[in-house]
Amino acid sequence: AMEDVSAKFVSQKISRTRWRPLPAAALQPPDIFATGSWDNEDNRISIWSAGDLGNAGLNGEYHGEPHLLCDIQHNGDVMDMQFLDQERIVVASSTGTVTIFRHHQNNQTLSADHRWEKAHYHVDQDTSCGGAACTGVVCNNPEIVTVGEDGRINLFRADQKDAVRTIDNADSSTLHAVTFLRTTEILTVNSIGQLKIWDLRQQKNEPSQIFSLAGDRVPLHCVDRHPNQQHIVATGGQDGMLSIWDIRQGTMPVSLLNAHEAEMWEVHFHPSDPDHLFTCSEDGSLWHWDTSTNVSEKPSFLHQGGRSTAYLSHSTINQSVVSAWLSSDPTKDRMEITNLIPNQTLSVNSLDVLGPCLVYGTDAEAIYVNRQLFA
Amino acid sequence: DTVPPQVVPGADPSARQLCFAWGPAEVLVCETLFGRAGGFRSRCLFRSPCPSRFWGEGTVGAAARALTGSVTGTGDGASGSSRVFVVRRDQDIYIQTLRKLFNESHGIFMGLQRSEEELAGKSRKAQLVQVSKNYRSVIRACMEDMHQAAVSTRDPALQGQYSTQVSILSAMELIWNLCEILFVEAATAGPLLLRLLDWVRLHVCDVDSMVREVLSSESPSKHKLFWNVVDVFVLQGRMDEARHLLSKEASANPASMNMYKILDDLMKKMPVPSLGNTQTLTELELKWQHWHEECQRYLQDGTFASNPHMESICKILLGDEDAILEKKELMTTWYHFLVTRLLYSHPTVKPMELRFYAQSSMDLFLGGESSPEPLDMILMAAFEFEMHQVIKECSIVLSNWWFVAHLTDLLDHCKLLQSHNLYFGSNMREFLLLEYASGLFSHHSLWQLGVDYFDHCPEYGRVYLELHIERIPLSTEQKALKVLRICEQRQMHEQVRSICKIMAMKALRNNRLGSALSWSIRAKDAAFATLISDRFLKDYCERGCFSDLDLIDNLGPSMLLSDRLTFLGKYREFHRLYGEKRFPEAARLLLTLMTAHIAPCSFWMTLLTDALPLLEQKEVIFSAEQTYELMRCLEDLTAGNPDKQKFQDDDVETTKVEMLRLALARNLARVIVKEGTMEGS
Repeated sequence: AMEDVSAKFVSQKISRTRWRPLPAAALQPPDIFATGSWDNEDNRISIWSAGDLGNAGLNGEYHGEPHLLCDIQHNGDVMDMQFLDQERIVVASSTGTVTIFRHHQNNQTLSADHRWEKAHYHVDQDTSCGGAACTGVVCNNPEIVTVGEDGRINLFRADQKDAVRTIDNADSSTLHAVTFLRTTEILTVNSIGQLKIWDLRQQKNEPSQIFSLAGDRVPLHCVDRHPNQQHIVATGGQDGMLSIWDIRQGTMPVSLLNAHEAEMWEVHFHPSDPDHLFTCSEDGSLWHWDTSTNVSEKPSFLHQGGRSTAYLSHSTINQSVVSAWLSSDPTKDRMEITNLIPNQTLSVNSLDVLGPCLVYGTDAEAIYVNRQLFA
Repeated sequence: DTVPPQVVPGADPSARQLCFAWGPAEVLVCETLFGRAGGFRSRCLFRSPCPSRFWGEGTVGAAARALTGSVTGTGDGASGSSRVFVVRRDQDIYIQTLRKLFNESHGIFMGLQRSEEELAGKSRKAQLVQVSKNYRSVIRACMEDMHQAAVSTRDPALQGQYSTQVSILSAMELIWNLCEILFVEAATAGPLLLRLLDWVRLHVCDVDSMVREVLSSESPSKHKLFWNVVDVFVLQGRMDEARHLLSKEASANPASMNMYKILDDLMKKMPVPSLGNTQTLTELELKWQHWHEECQRYLQDGTFASNPHMESICKILLGDEDAILEKKELMTTWYHFLVTRLLYSHPTVKPMELRFYAQSSMDLFLGGESSPEPLDMILMAAFEFEMHQVIKECSIVLSNWWFVAHLTDLLDHCKLLQSHNLYFGSNMREFLLLEYASGLFSHHSLWQLGVDYFDHCPEYGRVYLELHIERIPLSTEQKALKVLRICEQRQMHEQVRSICKIMAMKALRNNRLGSALSWSIRAKDAAFATLISDRFLKDYCERGCFSDLDLIDNLGPSMLLSDRLTFLGKYREFHRLYGEKRFPEAARLLLTLMTAHIAPCSFWMTLLTDALPLLEQKEVIFSAEQTYELMRCLEDLTAGNPDKQKFQDDDVETTKVEMLRLALARNLARVIVKEGTMEGS
């Protein structure tokens, strides 16, 4: 419900919001998240607390807006951002630099831990190298993969100074996003509507598989993989369309779902409850795609509100629910779609979901936290 | 001409002549190499051409003041060289905390534009009042943030800046609130007074600390400021609170119990206007008259003579101007005096009578000791229902366009600004919105907000947007996509083309042919797609292999954008077929590329050369008919080429032609034999 959303105007346009991952045995809902800004003269990485748990009301609703714990200046627009572990965040910059920031929780400060200057760059025809925007980053501690406008793929290790592997000119168009498919394989999407699988064990500098949108090659902006069923992949395009792919078969998406009226900037399966999917867009909307509606029994934790919420494993996931994403016409019978932000006008650039909590950030310089997503 | 000249800090017109150029958001001022001798003497450097068109006298100051002090960059060269100053129009745009105001009010503004008049009468008015309240609560929130910032900073300069902003925001809210009562809600006689009382209570907070101090003391009635606080409550019409305090004093003085009781009774019985329609104004006036006479009686028979405090309160209840004016310090402002005066002498004041009481209250309160300040003039104009005067004065005094733009828009939605068309074509609402949005566009980050404001300026919004959007630096593809989306949604084809072209050129310069192509596909820019295709083909001719196969192999329908792109795609297809040893299909495609004139003539020689290995295959691939066509292509090329000379000079080319002719002849011989044999068998 919208009443559970707390908002804060932060005087900077937000390009990324990320929950800090929870420790393995955590029983509390997430509280700490990071944001990155873009298009400011002075861009920042900021760490926030979503709100004091002590302020929880009788019904478990939360009051109070997010408050800033610490922040640090960042050179260039924050293009993407990912927590490496509880303390470290990897940030992709429009300058082509990739930085690991460390959040010191004892004294609430941020510092730059390691920096790969111009990990992405153009080889200018006449002059020296110019940085190229690093558009996407994904981590699987200690491995970090980055992609950029230069069509390059870099594989770093958090503990190594130089790149472990670089694929120059991996893509002739702009790579917009990257995610891990398996530990040794990654997925990339590009500006000519292609989804590619790269096997990092292979020495050849070519994708092991190319998938492509039919018809107009609408650029793809974001990609996420189903957390349990690794062959199910969701991508979002420039036309706001959500595509679901089954990478075991065919070279085209299994379903195309009309969604937003402009660029879809991010798509995320709920990490522990993947019959829920979230997308946000330049058109200022944020959609909740729910394929669980027909299932009589929801995973138990969804019914518990407030502080007693525990995050059970995803053992309750029903096989038939998962396949809902792959049914030929998912909209018709099984999917419930809700726009979580009516009347918003400026772009929602980023969202992140963890447990019952959603955080998102906009070009209207506000961050929003919804702590009772399934209430 | 009474406005002092305004000069950009750092630029000295007495030493050098300055020249300047107006941009949509900034003024460039530069020092020329001319000395002063012989130059014209210009003292007032900056007169905004826009406001003076409309405001006339007095506004020049506003425009110039908004400009000065916001020099954002100076290029300083050697001592002899000139400097360029970039002067921005709306300096408040750069205050970090105010960004909250701009962003949050943008949402309210958009809601108001969407809410068009589907509701009628009362509910529409309620809706507009709610919008007005929303704007005010944003101002208040921003004020609190600014106050926090002022308290928490240690830098005295910054603290001063924040404090100034707090007082500006507080003045804005005061003015807005009054406009809300008088114009948006248009409160009528009766409720009008109640609203004005609320307004005074909300904004006169100088006495709040005193009230708190007395109320929290151990025994308030013993406090030396006790009677002051009682007076404050009476002056603000807070009768219940005043009576509560008095009852404490009464219980401490059993001797004068009767006197307290009488005063308490008078205060309790005071008739007040009601918000509902439960009583008519005439009823109220009758009751009022009766009560007034009762107060008068008690005063005259000396009931309160033994206690000067209570006597003075009774005089206040009677609306005695001198008695009220004695409490000047407790009211702090003339408009508090006005409202108190109205409460106790004219509770059923009509909106149109306000101007007389306002003027005389100000005169009485200031008593010729001090002259009215700009804020006083604005409030006075509001009491006089001179809406245009309010907006004009605010434009002069306030350092940003936010306030006047949003207030004017709201008043316009209340249908209060009758088509006050200005002679340059747009109305006042639009003029102010254009100014405000232009300011937003001059800001590094806030430009996105400006777009929606331009959208709601029917006359010039589009033109302004077109001018401004082209100046947004396209630092990343992501940003370019956002700007592009804005243009596409508004069918700004010219700008769409230009953005895509800029991005395609950038990509081309960085050797990113794939990206370049996708940008020209987005703009459906056939000419540029052709240019890029030529680059691909040139690369191929030089290197003998294709780059960016992932792109060329997946052109899809976008291949049809330009003939050259079609050729590139088809030519690559030929190579694929050849690589897959599907020779007959490859041969057919190759021939079609020439006979259907898909291939540019300049590329025919390459294509014919590509045919060579097919002609040399063990198996016969080209049919007789196809071979004839190939020969015709070759002859067309050599004969029809105006640069025939070139072929003869170029040994390599000549050899190539000879080799081709030979291969074609041999193929023809083989195919005749083969086809003959097949026919025979």
